[in-house]
Amino acid sequence: MYDLIIVGGGPAGMTAAVYAARKRLNTLLLSKDVGGQVLWTMGVENYMGYQYVEGPELMQKFEEQVKQFPLEQKIGQGASTLSLSDAGFEVRTEAGESYQARAVIVATGKRPRQLNVPGEERLKGRGVTYCAICDGPIFAGEKVAVIGGGNSALEAALDMVKIGDHVYLVSLTPLTGDQILIERAVKSPNLTVLLEHEVLSIEGPNRVESVKVRDLKNGAEKKLEVTGVFVEIGLVPNSEAVRQIVRLNRLGEIEVNCACETGVPGLFAAGDVTNVPEKQIVVAAGEGAKAALAAHKYLQRL
Amino acid sequence: MSAKTVKVYSTPTCPYCKMAKKFLETNKIPYQDLNVAEDKAAREEMVQKSGQMGVPVIDVNGEFVVGFNQSWLKEKLGL
Repeated sequence: MYDLIIVGGGPAGMTAAVYAARKRLNTLLLSKDVGGQVLWTMGVENYMGYQYVEGPELMQKFEEQVKQFPLEQKIGQGASTLSLSDAGFEVRTEAGESYQARAVIVATGKRPRQLNVPGEERLKGRGVTYCAICDGPIFAGEKVAVIGGGNSALEAALDMVKIGDHVYLVSLTPLTGDQILIERAVKSPNLTVLLEHEVLSIEGPNRVESVKVRDLKNGAEKKLEVTGVFVEIGLVPNSEAVRQIVRLNRLGEIEVNCACETGVPGLFAAGDVTNVPEKQIVVAAGEGAKAALAAHKYLQRL
Repeated sequence: MSAKTVKVYSTPTCPYCKMAKKFLETNKIPYQDLNVAEDKAAREEMVQKSGQMGVPVIDVNGEFVVGFNQSWLKEKLGL
């Protein structure tokens, strides 16, 4: 039985861990990975104290700081369910292990949103990718489709026009990214922008061969011959494990008040999984600190 | 414990590739690092052998795993 279980090892979870350990709470940090979404961030220029740092390097610094304190860590599996128990809470992991605590902080962040079209699941890792910076170079010299209209999609498309043969940028809406990126995209000779198009399916026997799209303006369907599909359509909160016991907003984010309280006594949430505005490393870290201090106060009153 | 042949197919920008390589180094496992962003032959070999177009792909004595799967690596490497 722990005082506190922190679920999630991104900036919010790791900061919470440091604050909890300094309050001498008997704490377990449980996470699928160490670093969360920051691992996929190349350059960070707005985390104070660092003029420029690569995402993975910053997270390594966080991890080193966490390790300065006595704290138990289970890394490699996420939480599948969180339920209320007599003593407080029970967290069950994806591997079926069970842990109990008097208080819990959920700091599970967000993950890439899927298209949910036929062929996507089957061809994942076989041409369908959600990590453009990881897998982009594998498609050098090939034709690819980037799905989405925001900054991530535009950045992926602009990276791929440099090394790919041709890029289709497929967006449901007009492009919503920064104007500077839109201008660069529109000027690229080997980039075709398909606005107000929806993806119907991804096809190929065991590797991506094409993507079927439909023009929402006139209903016309088109087949794009591509070997890669980069899905960059935003993020969804990892809030499934608690959806039975807390209130989520329409985006699926956990609703918290300004003290990171969820409304369930002893259950706190912090970072990108919550409805707190602005998904930034510095905001998530600050929220993690607040959640740990709130949990400490709660445990003192018990 | 007999020596295992370990290959890591990776790209320089992929965080899980870095973590996987760091894990191998920490455990003193020698490996061949194949940068599929530069090395077209390695890229084709990866796709042919593993059917995968996402990195990292790790080959331990001809068995493949996609992504940085610590428990799989520990088992295969006898750590």
